[in-house]
Amino acid sequence: MVVGAGPAGLALSSRLAASGISVETVDREDQPGGVPRHCFHSGFGLRDLRRRMTGPAYARHWADAAVRAGAVLRTGVTVTGWSEGPPADPLAVDVTSPAGLERITARAVVLATGARERPRSARLVPGTRPAGVFTTGELQQAVHLHHRPVGRRAVVVGAEQVSYAAVRTLRDAGVEVVAMVTELPYHQASPATALDARLRHGVPLLVDARVSELLGRGRLTGVALRHRDGRGTTVACDTVVFTGDWIPDHELARRGGITLDRASRGPSVDGSFRTDRAGVFAVGNLLHAVEPASTAAREGLLAAEPVLRHLAGGTRPLAWIPVQVEEPLLWVAPNRLDPADPRVEAGGFVLRTEGRLGPWSSLVVRRDGRVLHRQRMVRGAVPGRTVRLSAAWTAKVRAEVTAAVRDPDGGPVRISVER
Amino acid sequence: MTVTVSGPLPDEVYDVVVVGAGVVGAAIARELARYRLRTALVEASGDVGDGTSKANTAILHTGFDAVPGSLEARLVREGRDRLASYAEECGIPVEPIGALLVAWDEEQLAALPALARKAARNGYRRTRTVAADELRSREPHLGSGASGALEVPGESIICPWTTTLAYATQAVRSGVDLHLNCRVTGVGESAARSPRLLTTGRGPLRTKWLVNAAGLYADEFDRLLGHTDFSVTPRRGQLIVFDKLARQLVSHILLPVPTALGKGVLVSPTVYGNVMLGPTAEDLDDKEATGSTAEGLAFLRERGRRIMPELLDEEVTAVYAGLRAATGQDDYAIRSHPEQGYVTVGGIRSTGLTASMAIAAHVVELLTEAGAKVGTARDLVPVTMPNLGEASPRPYQRADLIAADPAYGALVCHCERVSRGEIRDALAADIPPSSPEGLRRRTRALGGRCQGFYCGAAVRALLDASGADAWSSSSLREAAR
Ligand SMILES: Cc1cc2nc3c(=O)[nH]c(=O)nc-3n(C[C@H](O)[C@H](O)[C@H](O)COP(=O)(O)OP(=O)(O)OC[C@H]3O[C@@H](n4cnc5c(N)ncnc54)[C@H](O)[C@@H]3O)c2cc1C
Ligand SMILES: Cc1cc2nc3c(=O)[nH]c(=O)nc-3n(C[C@H](O)[C@H](O)[C@H](O)COP(=O)(O)OP(=O)(O)OC[C@H]3O[C@@H](n4cnc5c(N)ncnc54)[C@H](O)[C@@H]3O)c2cc1C
Repeated sequence: MVVGAGPAGLALSSRLAASGISVETVDREDQPGGVPRHCFHSGFGLRDLRRRMTGPAYARHWADAAVRAGAVLRTGVTVTGWSEGPPADPLAVDVTSPAGLERITARAVVLATGARERPRSARLVPGTRPAGVFTTGELQQAVHLHHRPVGRRAVVVGAEQVSYAAVRTLRDAGVEVVAMVTELPYHQASPATALDARLRHGVPLLVDARVSELLGRGRLTGVALRHRDGRGTTVACDTVVFTGDWIPDHELARRGGITLDRASRGPSVDGSFRTDRAGVFAVGNLLHAVEPASTAAREGLLAAEPVLRHLAGGTRPLAWIPVQVEEPLLWVAPNRLDPADPRVEAGGFVLRTEGRLGPWSSLVVRRDGRVLHRQRMVRGAVPGRTVRLSAAWTAKVRAEVTAAVRDPDGGPVRISVER
Repeated sequence: MTVTVSGPLPDEVYDVVVVGAGVVGAAIARELARYRLRTALVEASGDVGDGTSKANTAILHTGFDAVPGSLEARLVREGRDRLASYAEECGIPVEPIGALLVAWDEEQLAALPALARKAARNGYRRTRTVAADELRSREPHLGSGASGALEVPGESIICPWTTTLAYATQAVRSGVDLHLNCRVTGVGESAARSPRLLTTGRGPLRTKWLVNAAGLYADEFDRLLGHTDFSVTPRRGQLIVFDKLARQLVSHILLPVPTALGKGVLVSPTVYGNVMLGPTAEDLDDKEATGSTAEGLAFLRERGRRIMPELLDEEVTAVYAGLRAATGQDDYAIRSHPEQGYVTVGGIRSTGLTASMAIAAHVVELLTEAGAKVGTARDLVPVTMPNLGEASPRPYQRADLIAADPAYGALVCHCERVSRGEIRDALAADIPPSSPEGLRRRTRALGGRCQGFYCGAAVRALLDASGADAWSSSSLREAAR
């Protein structure tokens, strides 16, 4: 059973179904496809499907693939929690749909529930509670799926890739973007995107600044900004979009007693996407909010193999080796290794950093003080963007474990940055 | 059944007009609906319960810590019992989870017996002191340093939105006229035996008796009739609401030991399954200052970290602020002016939700004493409210409801699991919402952790189709011109 029909869940379903497994994939939305359904710009598919597609086309591609392979795809079906399944093996979840309540049992459950942006309240932005306050997700749906008017003058909070997507959506809706605001001293998108917004579309980027208050009763009338040096200004606008600042949609994972990574807030998994609950896997943005859709889809494909192994009666490790990060790194996914088979199915690890990493700095992987791997980052890295780490070194972990050198259990793997 | 939102008011003479459709005014209108009176409830806002009544800590108090002998003490005590049984009758979510007054040092610990004695003087004798180790086993997530507590088993949590809406709905169904978007701005002189003429934003209104339940504005309204015996100072309370996943951290209402500055910051579950931290207490002079502030939120987080450190690691769902109607006096300012056919219900500060039904009964007594001919009471048309609480099954959990109407199985707001059926019902109810906020108070749609990331556009589209949203497309377009 797959929970969530976004790119990750759909890609996984297609591959599992193609292997002859009976797969049921549910999504609470009326249409399958996940977030790309409302990302109307092109920029999907290039990396994994080798063609330029819009989000909805990309979503359709994976939904069709899953159905063609024989997966049962059910939409408008919400998984509301775990139920006490029959004793021992199978897992059971409760669902609600217009057809009523159901208990679905399965031998493996894959969580692919995605991620969302933290709204204004969760960011503790003070002020009044006027209309006109959005996240990118809500904005895109309002404009592209419901064709609703938004406002006239908008401020976009954030300057990462998704923030520029918000700018584009606002422009499509005929809204003037009066400013983008980021607390960091630089934007975190690709230079071309940022340049295009600033030069061709005249959207000023205010750096080192944060929104310190929302103003207006009934409707937003402006946002107060505070610059790092203490200066304050007010920008008049009737719309503000809070972008980025992701949080995995981990409710089901947490309610299932699955251990989460404290920093990423996604379920803690190993290289085979296994959580610490037997038979429960997790893939996609639930693990790493937020990566491009192609990454989520690829994980879905890669997860098929471990799920099949589990269904064939594969064993589980009794304990995992934790993979931890040191400042300024924020989190890493996957973040545990199976000592017997520390292989990482996806092309490596993804990490995030809290502070900028300068060009030529290195990621260093150690275990019990021994350096396992050193990887130079020629271009450095910025917060809010992927940092990738190769998984080649995991073979050394295995070698150590099988050779039972000194201490077979050993300590955690630690990843740090050297400048 | 009459609810109006625009246009001129009925050209008739009401027996009683109640000004202000907060929880207090709505309770009064409901109580008046028992009698053969023509009653109108008039409200400046486009919805009921849009003032202080929507933004409080939602506790059904026992009144254990009231000022003994005060009118407030009596009305809170009586009001609690009345509302508790009313809630059961019409499905207002209530959970009798009890409170623990937590002492954080020796001095506070020493203050507990006196509080127990005060409770007894208020007729509340079920308090009990709880030793540190028992406290820890009952609330294992409390921060370090809690040295004991006073247990007040009767304190409960309640849904304030459903309460106000239930009163107003029942009043309307029983014959009261509700006029929204109708601020009363002037009161004519009363000539003997002739009705009084009120000026409103929607034209004239005539009535024999007048009840002022204008909340924060009760003092200003009083001035229109020449009374100056109290003034309202808004005392802001900011609150932080944490995610439903935090609910298992806390099982009681955790009250601080009160100080001279007020009741202090509490941590409490809500009937919606969240956890609330607050409120602050800030005296202001702006009666509309319901915004939150950086200082207020920092203060709450600092307090919260001591009470329950793990709570601060949870996601925040909402931040809001309410204004208490403080008067500088130690009691409610409920005054009858028989010669004017007028009753003022002022200074209903931090206990008005609990006391509302008892206040209403008291006001009807005052009107009767003043000479209003109310006749004999009759039964009200019963109401059953949609359930917003987590303690009993919500529609998405009910196979029977979904079988009868699949719309209750079609979830629109995923975080709060609100179905299309519930949204449809709210939009078609006797008192429909006038804004996304109003819809949220009736269904919880938009009120969850994502605050609209997933469902915002869909919910607004449903609202828009019903023509209820003041910020609908048409009004935006008009504003653009
Ligand atoms: C606003 C935004 C803009 C983006 N723009 C781009 C872009 O331009 N290019 C790009 O490559 N990537 C973009 N991304 C990232 C891309 O959309 C994601 O990487 C991709 O959608 C992740 O796929 P997923 O399957 O992990 O999750 P999602 O696509 O989020 O899918 C999760 C699915 O799970 C369902 N679900 C959750 N809980 C339950 C439950 N309890 N019961 C049933 N169903 C449930 C949800 O309804 C949803 O359909 C964007 C993301 C966002 C949020
Ligand atoms: C932070 C906080 C926490 C609280 N916690 C609790 C609690 O836990 N338990 C509890 O019992 N109580 C609590 N309270 C108190 C409770 O919320 C109030 O006592 C109660 O809501 C007051 O109701 P009301 O009807 O008097 O006022 P309101 O709800 O403010 O209603 C007054 C109405 O009058 C209308 N109005 C004003 N002037 C006019 C006019 N001229 N014409 C027409 N309409 C007019 C307004 O628009 C408003 O809707 C708390 C309050 C706050 C602020």
